[in-house]
Amino acid sequence: MVRLYNVTKIYKNNSVALNNVTLHIKKGDFVFLVGPSGAGKTTLVKLIFREDLPTRGQIVFNGKNVVRMRPGEIPFYRRKIGMVFQDFRLLPQRTIYDNVAFALQVTGTSNHWIKKLAPEALKVVGLEGKEKMRPEQLSGGEQQRVCIARAIVNNPLLLIADEPTGNLDPGTSCDLMNLFQEINGRGTTIVMATHAWDIVDSMKKRVVALSGGKLVRDEESGAYDHGA
Amino acid sequence: MTMGRSAIGYYFKETIDSLVRNNWLSLASIGVVTVSLFILGCFLLVAINTSAIINTLESMLEINVFLESNLDQSEIKHLNEQLKFLPGVSEVEFVSREKALESMLTSLGSEKDITDNLDENPLPDSFRLKTKNVELAPQIAANIYKFNGVSNVIYGQKIVERLLVVTHWIRTTSLTSIIVLGLAAVFLISITIRVSVFFRRKEIGIMKYLGATNWFIRFPFLLEGLVLGFSGALLASIIVYLGYTIVIDKIAVSMPFLPVVAQIDKLAPVYLGLLVLGLLIGAAGSSISVHRFLKV
Repeated sequence: MVRLYNVTKIYKNNSVALNNVTLHIKKGDFVFLVGPSGAGKTTLVKLIFREDLPTRGQIVFNGKNVVRMRPGEIPFYRRKIGMVFQDFRLLPQRTIYDNVAFALQVTGTSNHWIKKLAPEALKVVGLEGKEKMRPEQLSGGEQQRVCIARAIVNNPLLLIADEPTGNLDPGTSCDLMNLFQEINGRGTTIVMATHAWDIVDSMKKRVVALSGGKLVRDEESGAYDHGA
Repeated sequence: MTMGRSAIGYYFKETIDSLVRNNWLSLASIGVVTVSLFILGCFLLVAINTSAIINTLESMLEINVFLESNLDQSEIKHLNEQLKFLPGVSEVEFVSREKALESMLTSLGSEKDITDNLDENPLPDSFRLKTKNVELAPQIAANIYKFNGVSNVIYGQKIVERLLVVTHWIRTTSLTSIIVLGLAAVFLISITIRVSVFFRRKEIGIMKYLGATNWFIRFPFLLEGLVLGFSGALLASIIVYLGYTIVIDKIAVSMPFLPVVAQIDKLAPVYLGLLVLGLLIGAAGSSISVHRFLKV
């Protein structure tokens, strides 16, 4: 579904964030993106999401070249991808329901569909009954669930999570992982950048390891650090 | 993609939220638009009325061309032709010295005795000219003065010249202040929108992640600018309308001879123009900020 061909990203200060990375993420995959800080995980995520362009190489999403995409196509491309962030990025002045409905509003979905889809997404993440609360009234884990509901409400092909458990305690993280697995089970491809080795080790999913911008390891049912 | 009702509702809600949040800036923007369009409105009304006055004067204003006394019929005929084909002249009428004396006697009425002492008619033959445009009168008069057989040219010089100076002065000062204030209004609206963009930068970032199109993100800001511009224009129109109604009522009482324009079909374009200009100012102001500070 996502193919990277010899992707290199060099930032303006000449730092090499990604160095000749070739990677194929298949439909239905659950991929952990691991590696130390500065390994290039976030850059990779940004390039797939078309927030930035590679210096060299090509990225193809579902047969469509992401690098050569016209600016007007980008929003429609992004609707196929759900994003989950470490810091949740919820709108504090809006209710939980409105935060999820927002994702549908900005894509021009009719009210009729919003009223149907937003509660469904909240049900999937287990937040029924909390629709009218505001983000600050929820725990960190619950806020992340809102973020996940917002990411999946458009029924994306790919869900990208950048350190989704970075701000959460282990118990909560474990619950969230079950949720991600459930979403993956419904057919959504998941790419998760993480430092949480315990989670990676216990999930036994595909692991792609980056180090210094290079792809150093790509294993089915891998662990966080192969050498350890 | 169709625009659902949720999007339209979203636009209006966002716009109102922004206006309320930036209430002071919004009020200032509306105020500047109001002041500049108020001045423009006053100027337009003054201009409409001056041109009505000029029109009235135009129909009254004549150029009198007095001829030398030694001209024969063919020379007079020749002059008549020359005057007729002069650019800007709409009407030429020959007034013989006999006719001139007759009309003078009529206008003197009971005092016509003072002419009894005259041995012969002292008045010269003359032409009475009407011009198409009062502004052309000085030029036409100067041209005629050069013709052979013309002894003098008289027209309402002073009135025309003063009127032209006044209209010119009104035009220049009003246009300058309108341009300056209009630019200030555009600038202030652009600042208001910039502040709105700043307040909502987090939301804008999230919208980009959620796949909102550039226009979806920009539209509420443009709408905000349009609302600011239109509100100012509406306020200006109302003030101008009320003020003008009071002024023409007063003039009707104190100076009934002044030809004031009160017909709605002549005034409607002024108010309509103000509203359209308000929208344009709003659109310009918000476009500047949306394009400069909303790189989406």
